[in-house]
Amino acid sequence: MVVKDLKTLKEKFIEIFLFISAASSIFITIGIVFILFYESAVFFKKVSIVEFLTGTQWTPLFSEPRFGVLPLVAGTFLTTSIALVVALPVGLITAIYLSEYAPLRLREFLKPVLELLAAVPTVVYGYFALLFLTPFLQRFIPDLSGFNALSPGIIMGIMIVPYVSSVSEDAMRAVPMYIKEGSYAMGATRLQTAFRVIIPASFSGIAAAFIIGISRAIGETMVVAIAAGMMPNWTINPLEPVQTFTSYIVQVSIGDVPHGTLEYSTIFAAGVVLFLITLGANILSFILRSRFRERY
Amino acid sequence: MKGLKAKKYLDQIFAIIGLLFCLIGLGIITVLFLDLFINGAPRLTLKFFTSFPSRFPEEAGILSAWVGSLLVMLVTAIAAIPVGVGAGIYLEEYARQIQGLQKIKGFSRVIVWFTNLIEINIANLAGIPSIIYGLLALGIFVYIFGFGESILTGGLTLALLILPIVIMATRESIRAIPQSIREASFACGATKWQTIRWHVIPYSMGGILTGIIIGLSRAIGETAPLITIGALTYIAFLPSSPLTPDFPFISFKWLFDSFTVMPVQIFNWVSRPQKGFHINAAAASIVLLLMTFLMNGFAIYIRYKFRKKIRW
Repeated sequence: MVVKDLKTLKEKFIEIFLFISAASSIFITIGIVFILFYESAVFFKKVSIVEFLTGTQWTPLFSEPRFGVLPLVAGTFLTTSIALVVALPVGLITAIYLSEYAPLRLREFLKPVLELLAAVPTVVYGYFALLFLTPFLQRFIPDLSGFNALSPGIIMGIMIVPYVSSVSEDAMRAVPMYIKEGSYAMGATRLQTAFRVIIPASFSGIAAAFIIGISRAIGETMVVAIAAGMMPNWTINPLEPVQTFTSYIVQVSIGDVPHGTLEYSTIFAAGVVLFLITLGANILSFILRSRFRERY
Repeated sequence: MKGLKAKKYLDQIFAIIGLLFCLIGLGIITVLFLDLFINGAPRLTLKFFTSFPSRFPEEAGILSAWVGSLLVMLVTAIAAIPVGVGAGIYLEEYARQIQGLQKIKGFSRVIVWFTNLIEINIANLAGIPSIIYGLLALGIFVYIFGFGESILTGGLTLALLILPIVIMATRESIRAIPQSIREASFACGATKWQTIRWHVIPYSMGGILTGIIIGLSRAIGETAPLITIGALTYIAFLPSSPLTPDFPFISFKWLFDSFTVMPVQIFNWVSRPQKGFHINAAAASIVLLLMTFLMNGFAIYIRYKFRKKIRW
């Protein structure tokens, strides 16, 4: 009987180890929330929330610091919008083509190629935006400054195409065949079926894909840190240099900011805002996706 | 019937547009590679791989960067693989069995609630920007645990980042194993762990390995979280050797050495104004891209090979 007891003991031990592994993901989230709020507490003690949210000057590293977050909001909004203008149409059209038009062999070739776009390290995209796309665009737009919101925005858009297209394609594939067949039986073309039947039927899934794209673009760091310049700018002009939440964190991390100072806590304040925005986007897309899964 | 003809034309036109849009991706990858190659290829000599960074672009190399990347990946793999695969196994093999019970009572109810929480949490973790992980690591590993700006901190940070990828890949490939396999194993008197050890893990190995490699290929290109923990320093030395001439012959001092990695080195070079450093950045980017593409290719190959071998 000793042997059997040893065996059960071993089984229990393994189960406990596996459970702890699974639970560790909860600790990561708790850790993130704790650290962000704990370290930014110093900041919010010194700076009022109202000033933080409504100020139009962000100069925390100056001798007379100002802590208005709106320039970072503007920079993030600008680069994200440009990225979406590129990613949404390209992602959606690609998804429609892959799920409704492409022959099987072509699809099996195109999908991994598209996924390669997401596999390129972001720092390489940053190089590409700064040293290829910006000089290229300057030929057509002479006013474009060396650092600007436009070219990192476009590159970020290309980067998130695979996310948008793969989630929307999943949603479109979830539309049952009999609905499509119904449409074809009425004499509709593939295009009509795609736009009048499949897109409305998979709308919540496509919306989820868009939101994932938005969340990726807001959280993207290296492309904007390299190519958008590091200048907080309260503007909506895409030709000027801007700074986003993420690139501000990079800027401070590059310099030597001592632990525990107000400057140090500003990156955690920026992190809190970033975390809350992406968390909201993730939850929204999660709800939308579970809705389209349940319907059929 | 003119309308119908027009609609068919439109349909054809859209097919062409769709194909063009798909090929945009291929086109951009090609342009990116060509641009990097034209700029960086002349710098890709053996000396580039065996020199430290330098003030003079022609003499600078990526020795400390690729050694750093390798060591950081080692820590990441050792930390992320057991925890990620373990979590995946727990969620599929233990938690789901409880969820499948007819009557859930007592402690099991807590487990079910907790498992749901973990599932939502993992989905959410996968969507958090990588730089937030950097802030987490800065607060916890660097200052609270006192690991400093070391290889250990860097490796653990990236391990947290790829954990959701490894967990999701493990779960997906375990889910594909039919229940009958497990029942056959139980019927022969195997315990739960024996079933997992000898049946579930081997049969899902292809998917698990693919997930691990995809995760590592993402980690090797990550820059932002490592900059946040302070890896952007001038490193013109190698970490201390893991092998020592004296007893016990193995040293773990390298874990606490400061480091740089390939993407951080590229960022450093890109952000300098001199053209010479941009050439270095292009050359290092070629190396980094080849590393990630090779890893991705390897993952696709493994997935293909295992898919062919196993037929239920």
